[in-house]
Amino acid sequence: MPPLDGDLWSILWLSLRVSGVAVLISSLIGIPCGVWLGLSQRRGRHLLSAVIQTGMALPPVVVGLVLYILLSRSGPLAFLGWLFTPKAMIVAQTVLALPFVIGITMSSVAAVPSELPLQIRTLGASAWQCRWAVLREARHGVLLAVAAAFGRSISEVGAVLIVGGNIQGHTRVLTTAIVLETGKGDFAFALALGAVLLLLALAVNLLIARLQRGRWPA
Amino acid sequence: MTSEALYRMRDLQKRYGSDFALHVQQMDVRQGEVLGLLGPTGCGKSTLLRILAGLENPSSGCIHFSGAPLVATALPLVTLRRMTLVPQRPILLAGTVRLNVEYGLRLRRIRNRTEKVDDALEQLGLTGIASQAAQTLSGGQTQLVALARALVITPDVLLLDEPTAHLDPAHVALVEGVIQRFRQEYRATIVWATHNLFQARRVAVRTALLLDGQFVEVGQTEEFFKNPSDPRTDDFIQGRIVY
Repeated sequence: MPPLDGDLWSILWLSLRVSGVAVLISSLIGIPCGVWLGLSQRRGRHLLSAVIQTGMALPPVVVGLVLYILLSRSGPLAFLGWLFTPKAMIVAQTVLALPFVIGITMSSVAAVPSELPLQIRTLGASAWQCRWAVLREARHGVLLAVAAAFGRSISEVGAVLIVGGNIQGHTRVLTTAIVLETGKGDFAFALALGAVLLLLALAVNLLIARLQRGRWPA
Repeated sequence: MTSEALYRMRDLQKRYGSDFALHVQQMDVRQGEVLGLLGPTGCGKSTLLRILAGLENPSSGCIHFSGAPLVATALPLVTLRRMTLVPQRPILLAGTVRLNVEYGLRLRRIRNRTEKVDDALEQLGLTGIASQAAQTLSGGQTQLVALARALVITPDVLLLDEPTAHLDPAHVALVEGVIQRFRQEYRATIVWATHNLFQARRVAVRTALLLDGQFVEVGQTEEFFKNPSDPRTDDFIQGRIVY
């Protein structure tokens, strides 16, 4: 077996940890923003929506490059000391995943009948209870947003390679390991890692599908 | 029944852009009465009900509820929970009929819900479909569920916007009976918008006619129908106003 064999579990664990935390942060920020934007009737909402959807097309290498400049020794965020650490990779993946969470949540919430919050309100719901009711009705779309964010994060390679550096035992994740093995000409092992990546994505999406079908408290 | 005014409206106007939806010079809704609200489609009945429910603010003028100004954007939850509106086209939440009926009780964190919900379901003949998904119901069943979820929270004010529009005559009679019993038991105030003259005559203590956003006539129901003081009321009752 290739030399990566001993590190496989740590690579797998780091991939899950980095992408999991990135999805968690982007969901904590993105879902409330998406709900607020989806319910908002303000002018400029459509322009903001277009900007957010453009964010879905952010090139990962550009995000990686900008973060590299910010975190490098001469950059304004150098004092954090995050360059070539999993923290920088989490930031990169969060930036890439966030537009997906906001955009898809916003569309899902906007698709809920606009009368619903008023009808909920007249049953005695507080403002927060109204928002929760709308989120509950839009839950399929919201969880789809989380799934899309996870897909974007776990499969990302350009940004994490630049800000993480693909350091063995420290910042090497599945995608960067695939790049390394492909460069070394070990296509079989690279393909095997690709299969592991897909299985991981499948497992997470099965969990999300389960949540979509499950009962959400009213 | 007392004649104390629960709602008091003075020079109340509602505009959407440059269009007038409602202009109420002076109108009171009395504590404990059933006020029948008649008028053709688009005359402002639904707009008035939404203002009474604290869902919308008037564009100008004032409305008081229980002696205090009713401001939709700053309505205390305790006041909001005294009133409920059963809309013309109810939207039910994803989930079962039971979940929808008990929803208002959940919002109020009431723990012993089962008995109240069972009672509301039974009164409206919904027991057999309690476990059915709400999204699979017909228009009439949806309306019954919307009424059940409003009654179960025992509001002081029940605002009804064509609550029997999608129901067959047997269910219309059932709903009218349930609402009348509810009013007697809880001394609730009811504003009941309807197109149906016969229904207004059956259920209302006072009846009002809205035309083009303005009250044409308000009076005791029997007097309203037998001796209308405004010729437009007579035309409406006799079916001479065709919209």
